Amino acid sequence: MKILISRILLAIVALCVVAAGVLYWLGTRTDDVPAAAAPQADAAQLVERGRYLARAGNCMACHTARGGKAYAGGTPIPTPFGTLYGPNITPDAQTGIGAWSADDFWQALHNGKSRDGSLLYPAFPYTEYTRITRADADALFAFLKTVEPVSQTSRPPELQFPYDQRPLLAAWRALYFRPGVQQDDPAQSLQWNRGRYLVRGLGHCAACHAPRNSLGASVDADALPGGVIPVLDWYAPPLSGDAEAGLGRWSAQDIATLLKSGVAAHSTASGPMAEVVQGSSQHLTDDDALAIGTYLKTLPAVPPVPPGGAAAPSAGSLELGGKLYAQHCAQCHRDDGRGAPPDWPALAGNPTVTAPSPANAIRMVLDGGFAPATAANPRPHGMPPFGQVLNDNDVALLVSYLRNSWGNSASAVTSLEVKRARDAATAN
Amino acid sequence: MSISDCLRSISASCTRAALLGLALACAPAVRAADAPPPSAQPLQPGTMAARVAACTACHGEQGRAGADGYYPRLAGKPQEYLYHQLLNFRDGRRQYRPMQHLLANLPDAYLHEIAGYFAEQHVPYPAPPPASAPADVLAQGRVLALQGDAARGLPACAACHGASLSGALPAIPGLLGLPRDYLVSQIGGWKNARRAAAPPDCMADVANRLTPADLSAVSAWLAAQPVAEPYAPEPAGSVTLPAECGSQTQR
Repeated sequence: MKILISRILLAIVALCVVAAGVLYWLGTRTDDVPAAAAPQADAAQLVERGRYLARAGNCMACHTARGGKAYAGGTPIPTPFGTLYGPNITPDAQTGIGAWSADDFWQALHNGKSRDGSLLYPAFPYTEYTRITRADADALFAFLKTVEPVSQTSRPPELQFPYDQRPLLAAWRALYFRPGVQQDDPAQSLQWNRGRYLVRGLGHCAACHAPRNSLGASVDADALPGGVIPVLDWYAPPLSGDAEAGLGRWSAQDIATLLKSGVAAHSTASGPMAEVVQGSSQHLTDDDALAIGTYLKTLPAVPPVPPGGAAAPSAGSLELGGKLYAQHCAQCHRDDGRGAPPDWPALAGNPTVTAPSPANAIRMVLDGGFAPATAANPRPHGMPPFGQVLNDNDVALLVSYLRNSWGNSASAVTSLEVKRARDAATAN
Repeated sequence: MSISDCLRSISASCTRAALLGLALACAPAVRAADAPPPSAQPLQPGTMAARVAACTACHGEQGRAGADGYYPRLAGKPQEYLYHQLLNFRDGRRQYRPMQHLLANLPDAYLHEIAGYFAEQHVPYPAPPPASAPADVLAQGRVLALQGDAARGLPACAACHGASLSGALPAIPGLLGLPRDYLVSQIGGWKNARRAAAPPDCMADVANRLTPADLSAVSAWLAAQPVAEPYAPEPAGSVTLPAECGSQTQR
């Protein structure tokens, strides 16, 4: 009997060791490094291509601090696990990536590992960047070699225990990371494949437009069902074919227009998406913007996250909300909610207003905001903030009214939701 | 207006003033809530007035100053001064969350145009609020503003901001017609590294030499001065600055 028990125990221990070994192997394995792309005859052309790709990937959003030197890092990236800071990726030899080779850069982008082999935190979206081709990675690296070197030590992450234990990333990676370049689907058009490559790779759309699980991994990343962005508390709407919350009623060209100009027939980019348009997507070529629209239009309709369908507001609260609307909003957005697009967006039929989560509509009322300034809309109109004149209850009544007037139909908003939005806005 | 609203109004608009123990904003905030909205002409989309509606919501129609006794006047300030402040807010040299949020996605050229719009607005100044300090404090403030204190190396406000404190082109602002809370919180901002100008930051040097008593006195006196028209920035080059100021060469 004693022998049997000790054998069982031994077997359990052995299994645990094997499981840990497999986990470690899965979490630290790398794809083979393909040979660097043949050097282009025209090095300047390679740099220009890299400059374009760096914008398409919005690298500056995390690697350039507000008012700071380009690509010198320092941008805080708040997460539920603590704050990370975009590192310095200028070609400074000591504090940047000046000592890196093209293979080192590929290792980071494709395998999520730093030059010394340490595992990178997936706030750097290598879960998406792994799909980038070696040729594009080399172009990005060639461009980054040309930016002004800045001597600025990268700030280490400030994460809570146990997330600050970097080796544990092996387990996370074993569960959620598969390195691999995006392979074209021969059954689809070149344009569709290009769009999918941009959406799922450099564009890393899933970083915001897919929900995250309790370990911060994207869920259903390919379906882009939308979700509330952790900590920032802005709602990234579904990019799927859902007719109400998603892109079901948009054409591919509508999507391209929003990416390029920040303003489309139904909607205006706001919050984090305004930053994306400003820093990244407005610089896409017309072909690439349309390719993204073409690909997104083929995503099936999936139920948005969070689902809509909560209670409708009472008649009494609609009346109070209507009074606030007449007093504060109707001058620009008009009594019939049609506004004067594109300068003053329509609220009737506006997907931001009727989104499953009212977070963005609340934030617009509280803080206002300008549409991003783009080549197509260089002098945008600014929505005034109302958070300083309306209390939480007023904002709840007002946004409930917007969500249930002129044919709009969506859940009522509570003053608690407004308070949360106010707290999130002031915390970030 | 409830106490919580009042507190929010203070925390949003004059954190600095509150920190400095000069939380006088409650009374003006109550007045603002009761006042009718300004009788503006209906806005027309595409006009500059419509584009900057996000600014005038707090800074008043044409940037004539907010009704709550805090948000400063923009109208008639030098274009380059306003432009620098927009850049400073956007790029983090000046801290005020609502401004940072609004300006985050706006490029230099448009900010310069917005600054020019407000520089071109000319609206009469209202009478100043009654002085809120004793006569001896006001007298001390007057001396600091117009003569400075050479013994302590403090230049007069007038040495840079012009004999009539109306500022100077291209980028020195006038100091009259501003609420006392706003003045106090700006100097407090410089002292606490929440506001900065392009280096060398001459105003930071001055602010750091001001004692709390100096600040209380000079802000009380400045805020109590009536504005005599014409009140406009003096021409460029008319003021010889006693210190080197990076803000005057910033682009």
